[in-house]
Parts: sequence; C-alpha cells; structure tokens
Amino acid sequence: MASTETTPVRDAGNGNGSVEAGLDALETAATGRPTFRQTFVSKILPPIIALGVVLAVWFLLYPIVDDPTKLPSPGAVGSAFKEAWLKGDLLGYIWTSVSRGLLGFFFALLIGTPLGLLVARVKFIRAAIGPILSGLQSLPSVAWVPPAVIWLGLNNSMMYAVILLGAVPSIANGLVSGVDQVPPLFLRAGRTMGATGLKGIWHVTLPAALPGYVAGLKQGWAFSWRSLMAAEIIASFPDLGVGLGQLLENARTASDMAMVFEAILLILFVGIAIDLLIFSPLERWVLRSRGLLVKG
Amino acid sequence: MATTTTLAKADESVEYAARLDHVSKSFATPGGQQLVLDDISIDVAPGEFVTLLGASGCGKSTLLNLVAGLDRPTGGSITTEGRPALMFQEHALFPWLTAGKNIELALKLRGVPKPERRDKAEELLELVRLKGAYGKRVHELSGGMRQRVALARSLAQQSNLLLMDEPFAALDAITRDVLHDEITRIWAETGISVLFVTHNVREAVRLAQRVILLSSRPGRIAREWTVDIPQPRRIEDAPVAELSVEITDVLRGEIRRHGQH
Repeated sequence: MASTETTPVRDAGNGNGSVEAGLDALETAATGRPTFRQTFVSKILPPIIALGVVLAVWFLLYPIVDDPTKLPSPGAVGSAFKEAWLKGDLLGYIWTSVSRGLLGFFFALLIGTPLGLLVARVKFIRAAIGPILSGLQSLPSVAWVPPAVIWLGLNNSMMYAVILLGAVPSIANGLVSGVDQVPPLFLRAGRTMGATGLKGIWHVTLPAALPGYVAGLKQGWAFSWRSLMAAEIIASFPDLGVGLGQLLENARTASDMAMVFEAILLILFVGIAIDLLIFSPLERWVLRSRGLLVKG
Repeated sequence: MATTTTLAKADESVEYAARLDHVSKSFATPGGQQLVLDDISIDVAPGEFVTLLGASGCGKSTLLNLVAGLDRPTGGSITTEGRPALMFQEHALFPWLTAGKNIELALKLRGVPKPERRDKAEELLELVRLKGAYGKRVHELSGGMRQRVALARSLAQQSNLLLMDEPFAALDAITRDVLHDEITRIWAETGISVLFVTHNVREAVRLAQRVILLSSRPGRIAREWTVDIPQPRRIEDAPVAELSVEITDVLRGEIRRHGQH
C-alpha cells in the first residue's frame, strides 16, 4: 500500500505566507519598456514616411499642373515661410492665434466643466438642455460668426464668443459621458466608505469620469481651434492683429498661393502641435495610470 | 410596520455586531410588489463569523446592501454599530489610485489625520501580506492581490462588522484556497465580525462558525448550522466535507421545490 507522506500545514499563519508570495510572483507579469529602436520603427518612422510621400507627390504634381497661382512649388512655400520668419512676423502670427485659442479654451473649460456636471447630475437640467448640448456639437461653429459680429462687433470678444460656442458643448458632453460611464460599483464602494454627497463627487465621481472628461477636452480644443480660424477668416480686420486666419484671408485677397499654403500648413501644424504637446500626453497619462492603454 | 435603520450609540455596550429584526424587502415590478426577503432575523455576535448561503434568487446581495445601509428595508429593522465595511465580488478598487492610496482614501474618509495615514496603510498592507505593494497600480496586481488590497481597504474603515459579498467567487481555486486561510487568520487577529455571503457550500463550512441557509423567492431563513470544527480548517477536511454534504442535500431540497409547480 502506498502511503503518501504529507505534513499538513495546520498553521494558517506562517505556512501560507510563502505560498502566497509564490502565487503573487507567478501572477504578476513582468513588463519592460520598449527600446528606442522599437519606438522609432513603430511610432516615429511611419509618419516621416507619410510626410515624404506627400512631398514627393507635390514635387511630381507641380510640373504637371504648371500653374503657380493654383499649385505653388514646395520651394515657393518654403521661401514664404522663410520670409515671414526673417521679417519676424511668423511667431507673431502664431502667437496671436494661439493666445486667443488657448485663452478662449480656458474660458470654455471654466464654463463647460460645471455645466457638464450639472447636466450629468441634475435630472431636470439634463432633460431640459442635454439634447440641445449634444445637438450643438453638430452645428458648425462658423455659423456663430455672423451673429457674434452683430452682437459684439469686430473685436476679440467676438472671437472668444465663437470659441466658447464651439468648445463648451464638447467639454460639457465629454464630462457628461464620463460621469455616465462611472461604474455603479465604484459609487457603491465609495458610499460604504462614507464618500457621499460632495465628498462622493470629489473622491469618486470626478476621478472616475476623468478619461471621458479628457477626451472631451481634446475634442474641445479641436473645436476651439476650428472656430477661431473660421472667425479670423471671416472677421478679418486690421485692428484685430494678424492671426493665422487673417494671414490666410490676406493671402487670398493678394492671390498669393504660396502664402495661402503657408497659412494652411501653419494652421494645421499649430493645431496638431498643441494636441501633441498638451492633450495627447494628458490623455495617455490618464489612461496609462489606470491600465487602460494597451502597450505596443 | 416600522422601517428603521438605527445606529447604536458607540458607548452603549452591544451584545451583537448586527441585529436584523424581522427584515423584509420588496421591490416594485411591472407585475406588482415582489417580495425578495421575508422575515429575516439574524443576530451576529461580536467577533462572530457567519456565512449566508443560498441559491440564486435568495436575495443574499440585497440583504447585504440593507445591512450596509445602501438600501432600506421595507419592513423590520437593522441595527449595526457604526457603518459596516463592505467587500464585493469585484475588487472595486479605484484604478486612479495606487494600492496604498486606495487604503488611505478609506482612512481619510474615516477622519484619520494625514500624517498617520501612510503608516496605517503600510500596516494594513502588511496584514494582508502585501508589503511593498503600496505604490502599485491596481492593474499591476493579480486578482488575488486586488482582493487582498480591497480587504485591507475594508479593514481601514475600522468597522467592527465586515460584510463580504461573494468576495472570492471570481478567483481561481488555488488563489481562493489561500485567501480562505488569509481571511480566517485576519478574522482571528482582528476580532472583527464577518457576515459572508456565498453560494459555495464548502466555502461556507470552511470559514464560518455559523452557516445560515436561505431559501429562494422570497429569501427566508431555511435552516441554520453551527460549525464546531476547530480552525484552522482546510476545505478538504473530512468533517468539512461531511457537513457540506448535509447542507447541500437541504439546499437541493429547497431548490427542488421551485421546479414542482
């Protein structure tokens, strides 16, 4: 008869600690950071190649179109940049628009956040203005320029008004969907710990809603920037200072296609740069710290 | 019928950690009022480990919600001393905080001053054998580790009653087995009272001093067993298996009744 030699560990205290440590080690996956080479090949190289392809197509197309008033040469656009840079105007154009855009976005943040919180938490307000708020997102903000000019005149307040009308719905809606997606389990867990009322909002609801809120901010910035460009192009007025929208409008009136391209590229690059420098890192940080970002 | 959820005064010496007195609960449904819990009376003594056992539809989780104060009973009364801590099947840890900060949040909400929180959190992590996990994010922990952090967070509330809603149901068998030993050890070390809900008969017998079987639809107390097997037990122990067979037979009888109309 085979006898199994077992020494049952009757002490629930010491014997289990090592088993547990072993289990913990087995179940915790080791994660390493990707090397620079991997990051370069998977993240940095593809956009560089795409940019190269666009430039190549442009070079090829230029002699075929053969009409600098329709398609300027890459060289001409380059010298338009260079000229603006040498005159010291380039940074001025950018700063005029960026400062307007960011300040407007900041106001939109101050209004959109409490508004979103109210819509998310107060049933009556949600029923009353919830649908309008999401509907407003599909209204092109350029539609607000004519009334804003009539109400406020050709000045900076009109620009800010247009930015607000474009960005506030996005920010508020982002927060509303963030709050809606907070798992009820978190709220229950919070309540059993005594996080009720304002404490519950501060310690549980808001941090849990952060991913949706940040997505709303990102979209809000895109809308701010678009609205501002629409406002600058339509309401171009010398006293307002030359931003990127006015630069584009001035180029059009001067029939200077190289400058038109310069302005469009600047609008594009600045919009992307702000997103890459501020909003994307913010979003990545929020998602990564919660394990919501898949590495790779 | 009186509908009260009273909190006993802290200085009053109580002979129970929770007293459920003829508790009933019904929910409004399209087909009228549906009775979920019917005439439940349970006293949990200080330091006692009680498991509530039942098939689906017995209202176990509803009952825990009532005791936790997340919902109000339709009839009867529930008395607890202070706010009980509640642990769920899912860990319910906040992913925007580290393991340590999750515990510190519970301490903060309890009013523990800031300078003391860090040490207390480290102490609790050590109690659940997770020394060094303070700065870990929730997603960096395994399922068993998460439940242990959740346990530490519940203990941080320093309540004298811990409610556990199938806390190990989502874990693999090996981890669950280890956590059974852990909760037994921590229960003995802290002297906390535990009301533990499960549908796993062996788990109920492995852990509890008293097993209460609930019938289903509506949930009523069907029977009660006192478990005299000395701790520490193992789930494989013969006396545990024997009692489990007995309880399972009664449980099956309860379930069978529902197929007979």
